[in-house]
Amino acid sequence: MDGITALIVDDSSVMRKIVERSLRQAGITLTKVFEAGNGAEGLTVLAENKVDLILCDINMPVMDGLEFVKTLSTVPNAKDVPVVMITTEGSEAHVVQALSSGARGYIRKPFTPEQVKEQVLPVLAGKS
Amino acid sequence: MNSVNSTLGTGVHHAEWAPLLETAVREVFELMLGSQLTVPTSAEEGDLDTTAMVGLAGQLCGVLSVRCTGKAANLMTSKMLGIELDKVGPEMSDALGEICNMVAGNFKNKVTGLAEGCMLSPPTVVSGTDYVLHCMADSPSLRVSLLFENMPITVSLEIHE
Repeated sequence: MDGITALIVDDSSVMRKIVERSLRQAGITLTKVFEAGNGAEGLTVLAENKVDLILCDINMPVMDGLEFVKTLSTVPNAKDVPVVMITTEGSEAHVVQALSSGARGYIRKPFTPEQVKEQVLPVLAGKS
Repeated sequence: MNSVNSTLGTGVHHAEWAPLLETAVREVFELMLGSQLTVPTSAEEGDLDTTAMVGLAGQLCGVLSVRCTGKAANLMTSKMLGIELDKVGPEMSDALGEICNMVAGNFKNKVTGLAEGCMLSPPTVVSGTDYVLHCMADSPSLRVSLLFENMPITVSLEIHE
């Protein structure tokens, strides 16, 4: 797989670094990684940059992950970009809500690089 | 299926959650830090001067805290981020807060019905030992004490009824 550009949206800078590291450990080549601390910052990034993949937390200040995913459908640069949620919210209701909002994958924290790989690779291959 | 509300009223059920809390803690450390926690052979903890707290609200109200030494918190950060121990800086608070957040989330996902009915606050991290955490009178609590790389950590869940 060629290198991809990713946007990681999480209010924890430590978690953003862990997600990036997990993507690399999963064998995904990252040519560039953008970071955002909440959904609104993510939209600002996407207004000026094109990405191949978005990984997003749910519970964040200003704009949470579910609202962010819903809003993406109105962003020309991002409406077709696959989103994988990474969150501590693990209920079936949250999963259904995230997927119906437009997310293509869902990873519960805590997670392993293998779980990241299982969720992200099919999404990047357009199989999910 | 019992509702969570029906299980909150008795201390018996809270005590039954202790193994779930311990499993939640162990899983976070195994998956995110690659560390196997061990059981301490003595009750001595020393000064656990770094505390992360996450509030729970909804069907279960309370505070979950993770306490450890600053040295242990720095090592946790080093392992989480894959960086050298001497490179750990102010991100230690963020890392310990995230550990606490993941333990709280992992725990509530293990209690039937609680995953959807309980919300978590953003984590707060306190450094130092000169403080007292005041909880509601007669609040039951769960407590798990383990060793991380031979350093004590204590995870407590204070439940407000």
